[in-house]
Parts: sequence; structure tokens; C-alpha cells
Amino acid sequence: MNAFKVPILKVGDVLIVSIQSDIDDRTVIEMQQRVLEQIERTGARSLLIDISLLEMVDSFTGRMLSDIAAMASIMDSETVVVGIQPAVAITLVELGLELKGVSTALDVDDGLRILKERMRERQRRHLYSAKENAAAG
Amino acid sequence: MQPPVERVLIETSEDLVALRRLVRERAAALGFGATDLVRLVTAASELARNIIVYAERGFADISPVRRQGRRGIRVRFEDEGQGIPDMELAMRDGYTSGRGLGKGLPGARRLVDEFEITSEVGRGTVVTITKWL
Amino acid sequence: MPPDNQTPANTPDPRTIQLLTERENEILEAWIENRLQSSDFRETLISGEELRSDSQTFLRAFITAIANSNVEEMRGKEFNAIRRLLLEISEARAAQAFSPSETAFYVFSLKESLLPFLRDEYKNDPELLVDEVNKVSKALDKLGSFIFVSTIKNRERVIRQQQQDMLELSTPVVQIWDRIICLPLIGTLDSRRTQLMMERLLERIVKTRAEIAILDITGVPTVDTQVANYLIKTVTAVRLLGSTCIITGVGPAIAQTIVHLGIDLTGIITRNQLSDGIRLAFELTRQRVIQLNSHAESDASAEKGENDERVQSAHP
Repeated sequence: MNAFKVPILKVGDVLIVSIQSDIDDRTVIEMQQRVLEQIERTGARSLLIDISLLEMVDSFTGRMLSDIAAMASIMDSETVVVGIQPAVAITLVELGLELKGVSTALDVDDGLRILKERMRERQRRHLYSAKENAAAG
Repeated sequence: MQPPVERVLIETSEDLVALRRLVRERAAALGFGATDLVRLVTAASELARNIIVYAERGFADISPVRRQGRRGIRVRFEDEGQGIPDMELAMRDGYTSGRGLGKGLPGARRLVDEFEITSEVGRGTVVTITKWL
Repeated sequence: MPPDNQTPANTPDPRTIQLLTERENEILEAWIENRLQSSDFRETLISGEELRSDSQTFLRAFITAIANSNVEEMRGKEFNAIRRLLLEISEARAAQAFSPSETAFYVFSLKESLLPFLRDEYKNDPELLVDEVNKVSKALDKLGSFIFVSTIKNRERVIRQQQQDMLELSTPVVQIWDRIICLPLIGTLDSRRTQLMMERLLERIVKTRAEIAILDITGVPTVDTQVANYLIKTVTAVRLLGSTCIITGVGPAIAQTIVHLGIDLTGIITRNQLSDGIRLAFELTRQRVIQLNSHAESDASAEKGENDERVQSAHP
């Protein structure tokens, strides 16, 4: 089997997907599949999609990003998309695509920071509800 | 010197990648700025994908254009697919919310300067977009 | 290479060319004298030597250009050369504060100086005289108006460049603090300005890694539905990048307009004062400005600063 065009790395508890060039629709769909499989396999609770090298995002790609975030969320993972280029952002707005439900960050650093904070927030919530359950007895 | 018209066959998803690359190269060579390049390539991608989704195959013709000293680029998409039964509905402007239905035509239209579409049910569709420098 | 017996229309007779060549110096002196004596000549702006040198070069180039050439079409490398020369002369004169009219008139005045010489040459041939005078006049007329045309083209180019410069000057993005930038918008927002503004703002956000971009619209005179849409577009694009946009300078008039027009600003952060926007920006970026009263207090405050909880603004 050919090496998959979109590298997926696990760094700590985070899956990092790096889309490095203009990819065709089939690869996009395959990437979606692989990411979800990896989430299942590794138990990663955070997903970071880096599109800083992507020079175009059309409605298909935009939908794909929204879908991945939604699917990951169902599998209890948080998603952040980083690196949307200015020209791409302007075009997305003009196309009428707001990527609702997709968290975004400027770059990988910020993305990782946001994911870490979300994890902390989650743990706090879990801790809180565990305490509540214990108190309720 | 660029050839007058370049045709790209559109049938597979790899063809879309090739089309995007060619449109970007030609437009960049004409001098379009970064944001306009993205707009143009995105519009082309939307329209070409429509061909694959609704007509299985078709082609796109790319050519430089000139009018009263202004330079620009034109891409003409043609297919022999089912055609568009309700043009008014297809061209109705309403933001898609990610789960968008429809052919994304209004969005593509916003990204270019000139947008012409003709379609005949059962015969096919022709969409021509032009962007000026 | 002499043409056939019949000189084609619009090409000067070889006799004329020969005349001009042989008596070039006399013509030059006559022309210079004409210029120096004329009422519209401003000798304070140009020296006698410069006038002589320019005139000599031009006259020679002119004679070369019209020899065996069609003065109606004025094509060929000699005509291109003389046009280039005229551009140089008119640019030099413009720098010396001569108007384009004055420079064009300088060219037209050569006609007057040439006339006696042509009359002398063709005194026995009045029909030929008329033809040759016509041809020479035509060539000089066209060269004179060329000066006007090129001046106009040049000015249009300068205006376009200045418009571009003005557009860029009117979008100065200021870095207020770490990861906080501010763009004061001044003047009306039209489609083209919005375009440029958005591009610059977004690029600066990426370049400076700004988490917050404050867009101050105090200087925007009217906010109607169109302008509001431009602002909403900008805020959305900033959000896509991963940053937050705060709009400040929203006063009572704008607030009323927005509500009356039914514009939906949900999800868009607005503040009346720029300082409030800055304060919010600090909060959102987990930063704080504290007042130092004494050494003891300042030590205590420094410890507090890092551990404060702050509100994370999640993207909707």
C-alpha cells in the first residue's frame, strides 16, 4: 500500500494531522477515516489539524473539517484547526462558510495550548461531577 | 506566450487537483494577487466539482482575456449532464451552514467578477466565470 | 535611398531635407533667437546654453526623422528616438517648472523659424512650397501634441500610485501589546477599502500572532447595513484565523442605527471606548495592568498575576 499522503502523528495525548498540499477528494475522505481510526486506537482525546500549507479551502474541504470535528466530538475528542491563511479566511467568509462548530487557532503552539486548557477544563468537570456523585451517595 | 485556450478534462478527483493547479498558475502569471488567486481557484473548484457530482464528466477551458486594455482570466465549464431544472432555486442566495445543499453557485458567483450560466434539462450546463485584474 | 520621381504624399521632398541639412546651423540660430525674443520665454528658468544644446539635438533628430519618412504615420526608429528625446526634454523642463504648454509651444515655434527658409528654397514653386510647409507643420504639430499626451499619461500614473498609497496609509495596524493589535479605521468604508483593510489586518494578525485585534470605528462617519456587513465579515474572518476581534468606538448614534436597521450582531464583541476594548483584550489574553503603590504591594501583586483564573472565550 502506498504511504498515505497526509501524515498523522501522535504527540503526547494529541493527534496532529498535517495537510501539506492540495489533496484530492478521495484522499480527504480517506484521511477522515484514518483519523477516526487513530482516535479509537490510541485513545487520543485531542485532535489538531494543521492546514497552514493549504492554499485553498472550498465548500467540500470546509464540510470535511466540520464533519471531522463533529465525529471526533462524538468519540469524545476535542478538535482544533490551525493555520487558516488570510486569503483563505476571506474567501471562506465570502463563500458563506463559517465552519461552525470548528475551533480555530493561529498556529500549532496556540492550538496545543487551547487543547491543553480544554483537557484541564474537562478534568475539572469530571472531578466536580465525581464529587457530586460521591456526596449524593 | 500562453496558448489561447487550455482544456482540462474533469472526471476524477485528481482532475480537480490538476484544474486548481493550472488555474492558479495561469492566473498568477497574469499578475493576480494572493487573495484573488484563492477566490478564483476556489470558485473553479466548486464549479468543477459540480460537474463530477451532477454530470459525471465534462471539461473546463481556461483562457486569458482582454477588454479595453484590462486583462483577466476566463474559465468555461461545460458538461452534458442532467442540466439544472430550477435555475432560480439553484442561484438563490442563502448561506450554507456547512451541511449545505445545492450546487454552491451563489457562493462561486460572489468570488468572481462575471458569472454566466446556461443550462438545459437533459442536455447539459455551461458556466463561464471571468475575473479581471 | 531616394524615392521615385513622384515623392509619395506625406513624405518630405528630398530638396527639403537637403535644405534643412545644409542650412541647419542657420535654422538653429533663427530658432534660438526666436525663442529668446518671444514674450513668453522665461529666461530665468533656463540658461542660454541649455536652450542651445536642447534645440540643436532636437533639430538634428527632427531632420533625421522626417527624411524618407511618412509624417502622417510617424513610425520607425527615428521617430521613436525623437519621441524619447522629447520625453527627456519635457521632463527636464517640468523639473524646471515649465508647463507642458510651454514645452509644446517650444516645439511648435520651430515651424515659424523654418518658414522663411522653405519660402526661400521654393520661391519659384508655390505649389511645392505649400505641400512642404504642410508636411513639416504636420510633423511638428504631432510632436508638440505628443508632449501633452505623455504628460497626461504620466499624471494619471502618479494619481493611481497616490491613491494606492493613500489606501495603504489609511490602514495603520498598531501593536498595542503582546498579541494585541489595534486598527483605527478612519473614513468611509467602501468595498475596496474593506478589501484592503481585511487583507492587511489578517496578515498582521498572522505575522504578530495577535490573539486580539481591536477595530476602532470612531473615525467611521456612517455605519449603515453595508458597513455593518463589512464589519461582520471582518470579525468572522478574524475568528476563522483563531483570533478574536473587538469593535470599539461604537457610540450612541451607531448603536441606534444598528438596532433600527435590525442588524444582528450576536457573537460580535463591541465596546464604546477604545480603552474598554483594550482592558477586555488584556483580560482575554490573561494579562493584567496593576497600579504600584509601594514596594511591598508590588511584590505581592507580582505573585498574584500568574495564577488568576481567566475566562477562555470559546469560539461559538
